[in-house]
Amino acid sequence: MEARQSMEERIVEWRQHLDRHPSIHHVDTEELEDHLRSQIDALLEVDLDEEEAFLVAVKRLGDTHSLSREFAREYSERLWKQLLPSGPDAEPSTATKDSFIAVGLAVGAAAAIKIPQLFGVEFGDDPGDASFYARHISLLILPFVAALFAIKRGFDQRTTYLLTAPFVASAVLMNVIPFYQLGSTELLAAIHLPIALWFAVGYAYVGGRWRNHVQRMNFVRFTGEWVIYLALIALGGGVLTGFTVLLFESIGLDTEPFITTWLIPCGVAGAMVISSWLVEAKQSIIENMAPVLTRLFTPLFTVLLLSFIVANIVSGSAILVDRDVLIGFDLLLVLILGLLLYSISARDPEAPPNLFDKLQFLLVVSALIVDGLALWAIAMRISEFGFSPNKVAALGENLILLVNLGWSAVLSARFLFKRVPFATLERWQTAYLPVYPIWAAVVAVLFPVLFNFR
Amino acid sequence: MDIGKDLVAASATPLVLAILAEGESYGYAIIKRVGELTGGELQWADGMLYPLLHRLERNGFITAFWGKSETGRKRKYYRLTEQGRDELTRHRQQWSVVDAALRDIWDSQIHPMVQGT
Repeated sequence: MEARQSMEERIVEWRQHLDRHPSIHHVDTEELEDHLRSQIDALLEVDLDEEEAFLVAVKRLGDTHSLSREFAREYSERLWKQLLPSGPDAEPSTATKDSFIAVGLAVGAAAAIKIPQLFGVEFGDDPGDASFYARHISLLILPFVAALFAIKRGFDQRTTYLLTAPFVASAVLMNVIPFYQLGSTELLAAIHLPIALWFAVGYAYVGGRWRNHVQRMNFVRFTGEWVIYLALIALGGGVLTGFTVLLFESIGLDTEPFITTWLIPCGVAGAMVISSWLVEAKQSIIENMAPVLTRLFTPLFTVLLLSFIVANIVSGSAILVDRDVLIGFDLLLVLILGLLLYSISARDPEAPPNLFDKLQFLLVVSALIVDGLALWAIAMRISEFGFSPNKVAALGENLILLVNLGWSAVLSARFLFKRVPFATLERWQTAYLPVYPIWAAVVAVLFPVLFNFR
Repeated sequence: MDIGKDLVAASATPLVLAILAEGESYGYAIIKRVGELTGGELQWADGMLYPLLHRLERNGFITAFWGKSETGRKRKYYRLTEQGRDELTRHRQQWSVVDAALRDIWDSQIHPMVQGT
């Protein structure tokens, strides 16, 4: 019995060894395993003992390197991981079903974005229409992304209600709140509502287990990969648009109205669903890109921030505070936070501190200083000219980032001195995650009331 | 006797097709049959058969399907298609030409192998 056990163990080990070769797929391993077992059985019958039988059978099958090379010659495309998600893990039928669901939802999102036009709301310069789309754009697209995950994760009645609630509430509020047309608070709501609702999508992504820190980190990873897929699809879309213009121009047809009212809006809506599906389907097949880009850009952004700090000190001029600059600073700091999050999400928590961790500490500290400079400028402005929705929103965001970056800096330093394990840093980021949607919701919903809907 | 690599490679396809012409079969049985047919003179690393089978499947000469072995294990079987039968005929004609040519020339000479022994 014990000998048989060790035979099974040997076979499992041999399979794992084969599975490591990218040119040999899982089904091939199964086929080869059947061969191996037949061979072993035949050898056992001619009175070899189990160990001998196993060794002879493996030897006859050929060494794995030449086997792998032979398979690679036959299936060269396997070394280029295929872009259509039919990996070894996915049963073909569920993969097809998933792709149908994804494409269906993408078409749904593309259609939803056009529905307001049935009621006379157009894409264009009309301020009323622009204000409508600014408030509703996320409500027209994100429910489809959330639905994709709700279906995939098999949501029950309770979780479905919980998922639907923020969307319904936002839809009601965005129509009940008497915004001044295209006023500050309406524009702030247009920017912050998608952020808040993205976390509702996150609730769907993690299958309702939002308290789980591992799941939260998965959602962070998903968000990064999603942005990358979206950017790739946008590149392709740009090429498609260019050729559309070129081809129809050659026969004297103006495609611009079609492109601005159909191709781009429907394309963007559909792409958001499709990239969610792709990230999900490809997560095991393609190397994650976000950590790679993070490694590449962490040093570059550190240099940018440090040189800005130096230039600011040398020139002695204060930061200009207007809306675009404030948004720019916030975006920059969010990006730094993103760099931090993705390198954390991709790091092996067991590994000891290395050079990259020191670099990251430098990045965090310089971001902290830049954040401090921005906060100082905003505070000066507020004390001089009083509160305005934009300034208060920027103040809040900078404070939120200041707290995160500050504590991250402390934790990174302690990690570098080996006082705390790396997991503490990771834990801090995932614990802090709910602050963002809460603040975004406050800006989107409470600011109009606080600032008289201006 | 060692049969050269190129000859092994060239004869592999017609051999496998001919064995499958006898009826559907699976990898291990095909190898065993090759052993019987050649008296163990033609040696392959067993694993190399599978990429070959997959290529033949891809070219449409054989089809594969999963079944069960006598002991209930998952096993992949292969069966010759019509196209495979045509391919086998083609191989057969080509090999006959080569075979006939070699026979003719060797019959007209003194058998080198006989002479050697």
